Amino acid sequence: MALDTAPSPAGPGARISGMSWRARTREGRFALALLAPSIVVVFGIVIYPILKTLYTSLFSVNTPFAGHFPWVGLDNYTFALGNSEFWSAVQRTAYFTLVSTGLELVFGMGIALLLYAPLRMRWLFRTIVVLPWALPTIVNGAMWRYFFNAQYGVINALFTQLGLQSSYHAWFGSPFEALNIVILADVWKNTSLVAFFLLAGLTTIPRDLYEAARIDGYGRFGAFVHITLPLLRPVIVVVLVLRTIEAFKVFDIIYVMTGGGPANGTQSIAFYTYQRAFSDEYFGYGSALAYLIVLFIMAFAILYIRLLRSEQYATA
Amino acid sequence: MNQEPERGLSRRRFISTSAGASAALFLAACGSSSSSGSSSSSSSTTSSGPVTLNNLFQQQAGYSASDLAGMTASFEKAYPHIKVNNTLVAYEALHDKIVAAAPAGTYDVVLGDVIWPAEFGSKGIVQDITSRVSSLPTSQIFPGALVMANYRGKYYGMPWILDTKYLYANGKMLKAAGVAPSQLRTWSGVLAAMKQIKAKGIVKYPLLGSWSQAEAVVCDYAQLLGAFGGKFLDGSGKPTFQSGGGLTALKFMKTLIDDGLADPSSTSSLEADVLKAFAQGKIAMGLNWTFQLAASLDPKQSTVSKDDVMIMHTPAGPGGAAPGCNGGQPLMITSGTKHPDEAWLYIKWITSQSVQNKYVADSLPIWSASYTDPQVIKAAGSQLVSVAKTQLPNMILRPQVTNYNSASQALQVQIQNALLGRKSPQDALNAAASAFTSGAPPA
Repeated sequence: MALDTAPSPAGPGARISGMSWRARTREGRFALALLAPSIVVVFGIVIYPILKTLYTSLFSVNTPFAGHFPWVGLDNYTFALGNSEFWSAVQRTAYFTLVSTGLELVFGMGIALLLYAPLRMRWLFRTIVVLPWALPTIVNGAMWRYFFNAQYGVINALFTQLGLQSSYHAWFGSPFEALNIVILADVWKNTSLVAFFLLAGLTTIPRDLYEAARIDGYGRFGAFVHITLPLLRPVIVVVLVLRTIEAFKVFDIIYVMTGGGPANGTQSIAFYTYQRAFSDEYFGYGSALAYLIVLFIMAFAILYIRLLRSEQYATA
Repeated sequence: MNQEPERGLSRRRFISTSAGASAALFLAACGSSSSSGSSSSSSSTTSSGPVTLNNLFQQQAGYSASDLAGMTASFEKAYPHIKVNNTLVAYEALHDKIVAAAPAGTYDVVLGDVIWPAEFGSKGIVQDITSRVSSLPTSQIFPGALVMANYRGKYYGMPWILDTKYLYANGKMLKAAGVAPSQLRTWSGVLAAMKQIKAKGIVKYPLLGSWSQAEAVVCDYAQLLGAFGGKFLDGSGKPTFQSGGGLTALKFMKTLIDDGLADPSSTSSLEADVLKAFAQGKIAMGLNWTFQLAASLDPKQSTVSKDDVMIMHTPAGPGGAAPGCNGGQPLMITSGTKHPDEAWLYIKWITSQSVQNKYVADSLPIWSASYTDPQVIKAAGSQLVSVAKTQLPNMILRPQVTNYNSASQALQVQIQNALLGRKSPQDALNAAASAFTSGAPPA
């Protein structure tokens, strides 16, 4: 005990530094050992598939099995970029992204303001509002498909009984209408997420500002435009980034509700990629399409991040 | 003094354990097939040892889940050393799941479709089982059933579900409109009958088609194409459906929509929707598979009186041809299975005449002799058996091409383009025909 606790003749620093070299090596190995499983898992399930997909996109692969395939270089990419089906899918996806994200933002803001208001049973309203978001997308898609079914859907029954339409309507009968119904289902599900982001932002705005605005003669609308919106902008940008990226990748709700039809009217770029890769077994082409989707999303992300930075500089 | 070496040892142990765990995780992440292979091979060291078969089936049409469970239970009783795990998925997910699972060898037996032997066989996704199938008395199987698993003279599966689309009609509605059932033997008679039904205001839309953007629309189109004397491909394999009977068939479908005889929601409906609409008495007629009969006769699912449910031969075209779309589905042994013999035992069991004869409510047997078996006739109903006896030998195949899926998708989209008035039938079929021969990514 005495030896262990007695200070070194050369001072505590020398002993610590002498020990720390060995200790650092040992600790380094130990840290590496601790990290090794994570590194392997991350490499195995994230980095390896990313690199493998890039590699596959440079070959003509039309079987799920490993083997030797013809090298096509960037031909899969140029084929996609020159393909009208690809661009039609991009346009539909852009429309879906723009409209669904816009509606979610507008409705989300309205709901957030309501939930922020000093209402009785506010906790209950907040719980109810989160329910659509908690529902799995597959269940949500199946539910809305049944609602809008032309033969036995509840929407037709409701509208007919209310006298809003004289006979049953084929809601998925036209490509554009079908796409808008898919958007409606998506908005119903994801608005609550947007609302809760905005609600979190609203709670950070000091109440004093509204009080000051009231004294300065601003009404509720004026306070919303001049106080709420400017202070919520960073949150809005974050929500836009998240929802735009998610909306651009839309797949599952389309798979369940329409299968891409009618006449490819609801075929998103992710659905198009899935069909080319797994249904048609053009795995090389599908891989190239997957990378093109990544590029589109990166473009959105960069745009939004720049917006966010400019907001930060503006508010700093 | 004693603690230091102990700590070092513990770390070495930890590092070696971590390395082992890392290696195991790496193998698990990168080589799912190798792990599954080793586990499965350990359970099949001998043919009499315990074996587990993992199989993939569909949920809708053909045999019901309970029928499959009954067949499987009897097999497991007969072969106690073989355990069977059956996974059921929607038909729309079946193809892609088979393809995605192929490299890992997840499944031993998969339910295929008549349109897949060319693709699966040429790509080695399923095994060539010609010698196994040939060992059976194939002369006793309906010829229409045998072709469902055959591609270029080789069998890539064993016929199991033998089905085609029949014409279902509501007898009460026909009577009310003054339509004799015999009028429905031809498509021109059907057209006239639908006009009568509509004119009398019995239903707004006499027919609902399963013309959604799915394989279902190709089945209905194939049936009409055959009736109007068309062919999908010529002798050299080039598309011919864009002219002659193929074009007439699409024009006929378009006429039904345009004249308000077919429900406009046909373009977003599948067979299940046709069944529900028929069973709820909302339509007078529709094409559908065998499974619609049992459901329509079931008072829990149907409001139509049993006496008014009519199943008929598919109508004939002007030349007298009336082929049903071959909707056969064979059972296939995957190339990745470690238990091909046990898989074949299972297939042989559930495709056997004795087993198939017990489950005839939703799908009829592939064996010709079954159709004269009094027990089968009693269980399936004389109405179904009598119409099946003449319809099943008279079927049309969808094109047997290796790129069927992409070609079919193009055809589905173009048929819908024509039905929705976005293209003329001629332009739509021209576009579909070009997709059969081009449009593939660089190779």
